[in-house]
Amino acid sequence: MSNSPVVKDNSFVEQSARQRIKRLLDKDTMRELISPFERVTSPWLAKQGIVSQFDDGVVIARGKIDGEETVVAAIEGSFQGGSLGEVSGAKIAGALELAVEENAKGNPMSAVLILETGGVRLQEANLGLAAIAEIQSAIISLRKYRPVIALVTGPVGCFGGMSISAALCSYIIMTREGRLGLNGPLVIEQEAGIVEYNASDRPFIWSLIGGKQRFESGLVDSYINDSQKSVREAVVDHLNRGVPSVHRTEKYCDLLEAFLHLDTQDQITPENAQQLLMEGGGHE
Amino acid sequence: METLHFQRRAQENHVQPTLVGCVGSGDLEVMIEPSDSEFSDIYIQTSTAGSEVRWQQIIDQITPVIPLPAMRMDIHDFAATPGVIRLRIEQALEQATSVGGDKHE
Repeated sequence: MSNSPVVKDNSFVEQSARQRIKRLLDKDTMRELISPFERVTSPWLAKQGIVSQFDDGVVIARGKIDGEETVVAAIEGSFQGGSLGEVSGAKIAGALELAVEENAKGNPMSAVLILETGGVRLQEANLGLAAIAEIQSAIISLRKYRPVIALVTGPVGCFGGMSISAALCSYIIMTREGRLGLNGPLVIEQEAGIVEYNASDRPFIWSLIGGKQRFESGLVDSYINDSQKSVREAVVDHLNRGVPSVHRTEKYCDLLEAFLHLDTQDQITPENAQQLLMEGGGHE
Repeated sequence: METLHFQRRAQENHVQPTLVGCVGSGDLEVMIEPSDSEFSDIYIQTSTAGSEVRWQQIIDQITPVIPLPAMRMDIHDFAATPGVIRLRIEQALEQATSVGGDKHE
């Protein structure tokens, strides 16, 4: 692949979930947990006539990043839109809980979540929701000990309940390709109408929820190029920063205040949105 | 969704556990695990109804070219075309029989 003119060999976005973890971890330290050969698949998809996948779309691995013990969970965006069901959700929650237990025993372990997801898998509705709630409470337990880093590189982006999970993390890293938002563009278009929000207008969508806009609005911590090197460097950098003194979600009151005085008569522009979020978030 | 099973007499012995591909639109995953029997067992889950004859033809085209090892092969197919199917199966067999190769990515 290294000489291929089509796929940039150093691209992170182009890689599968398993390849992404392998490239993020120190060489030869990756050990996959609940591997696909254990055949822990979704018990619900086949009943609804949907072909399952051996890892249920989530890869979990332990390893080292810059010599530091880390557990990594990566969602495969190509399988069912990266949606989380009972099994895939429990795998991520279990990985985070493992790190909490290790830290409680005095063995430092950080976590990295590579998020490509539309949120809950609708075919497993309540079980997916419950799993995401478990993921969120595990993030909150773990972030007291060691950084929990969310990576949103695209192409799927991170939406639904998992966008809340990303926001709960100690740090969020995005690329230009990545998108982060509670509701996906198609859902908003359906609710608000195509005149207000055209989901097929790509420049418009990215100008509101893309990585660059999210970074310039102060909602994420790092905006990087799509390369394996810059992803790894950014992750190492944020691991070294340690636990933040104040987590982003602890400052939610300031943002609520800003939204209270927002005039929704006019269509919001990317510039207005940025200004509102920066001021509301207490940034200069 | 359909589940199919094909069995062929195995020609070789040594395979290592292998996984290739992804159950994404137009793609499939192929998993290979060693087996103690004298057969190659191929289990298929496919989203395409009425595709048994086509799968049989694909397997019949591959067997004279690549000797099938004693194994259990599981295929999860999400409407892949015959060309993609053949490439994935060949990729999996190559990885499963290569020495010291990358097990799965």
